[in-house]
Amino acid sequence: MYKIWVIIMKRSFTDLHLNPTSQKINMKFQLIEKVKSLGYTKIGFSLELFQNTHSQNQIKEFCKEKKLDFVSRIDLLPTNKNELKSQLRKIRRKYEIICVKCNTKEVARQAARDRRVDLLNFPSLYFRNRFFDRNEAELASNSLAALEIDVKPLFVLKGLSRIKFLSFLRRETKIANDFHIPIVLSSGATEAILLRKPREIATLLYLFDFDEKAALDTVSTNPNIIVSRNREKLSSSFIAPGIRIIPEGDT
Amino acid sequence: MKRIKRRYLALQIESKRSFQNRVLLNAIWESVTILYGEYGASLTNLSLINYDVEKKQAIIRTNLSSLPLIRSSLVTITSIAGNPVSLHVLSISGTIKALKKSI
Repeated sequence: MYKIWVIIMKRSFTDLHLNPTSQKINMKFQLIEKVKSLGYTKIGFSLELFQNTHSQNQIKEFCKEKKLDFVSRIDLLPTNKNELKSQLRKIRRKYEIICVKCNTKEVARQAARDRRVDLLNFPSLYFRNRFFDRNEAELASNSLAALEIDVKPLFVLKGLSRIKFLSFLRRETKIANDFHIPIVLSSGATEAILLRKPREIATLLYLFDFDEKAALDTVSTNPNIIVSRNREKLSSSFIAPGIRIIPEGDT
Repeated sequence: MKRIKRRYLALQIESKRSFQNRVLLNAIWESVTILYGEYGASLTNLSLINYDVEKKQAIIRTNLSSLPLIRSSLVTITSIAGNPVSLHVLSISGTIKALKKSI
């Protein structure tokens, strides 16, 4: 008699952008507990350059207690491309995820071109500064950068500004798909009430004609690939993509 | 005649306050109308089946074809009657019996 083994691949969900406005550590802990209850397994907090890393260590410890995988992330806000390059040189090997907030076209183009950048994030309220066009996408398609979309503005904005935001997102997701650029959907949540289950967040992509698999990939596969790739690069045994040191005796 | 397939959704309402049936249903209708317009809302065949005020759980019914539309609309609800709120889908099923079993 044949035995049939069925392997059920359960998706692990990731929210790479939690952005608590309150500096109180208890508020951050509440956010983490909420994220855990909603079914995420990996989380990343928004940390800006030169910000105190003490709280990050506390968060890391708390995540460990809650059996959540903490992803160290930094958000860069450079004003020109030279500043971006120098910041990347200093911090690339210290963080697992590097996100560049593209407020100028010069920065956006350099960030898309640079292989050290993981996520491209564009301002949600200043629509003139959303530089994710076909040229930007072409540059990003040759590097490793993914497009990060925060869903928080969809909950906060009302009326005409939400319509405009949706219109920009529709255009950007279409361009990203045309150039095979991975999309990472993050909550961008500042408070617990703005958090949703990963499958619920993914349903928002139905608005832009995504099918279920593609929508779920934006909250699971795409961010997980970036995290595992960078963790491999940051490990001491890494030499080059596909090449790593194996200790004697290991097979 | 082709049978219309329906889906039942169990919702958890996360809020400090509780609401009346009508207020909750209106909030869902409003969200659908804002996102998809009156035409989109008319396709959903949405109705509130059951609402447990104490547990803050509700069951709504919609057409299978309009399920993605309803799910994306539920996500965008952030306040009801001026109170911050978030709605989470607990389960989706084709029958109320199976839905109640799963929650």
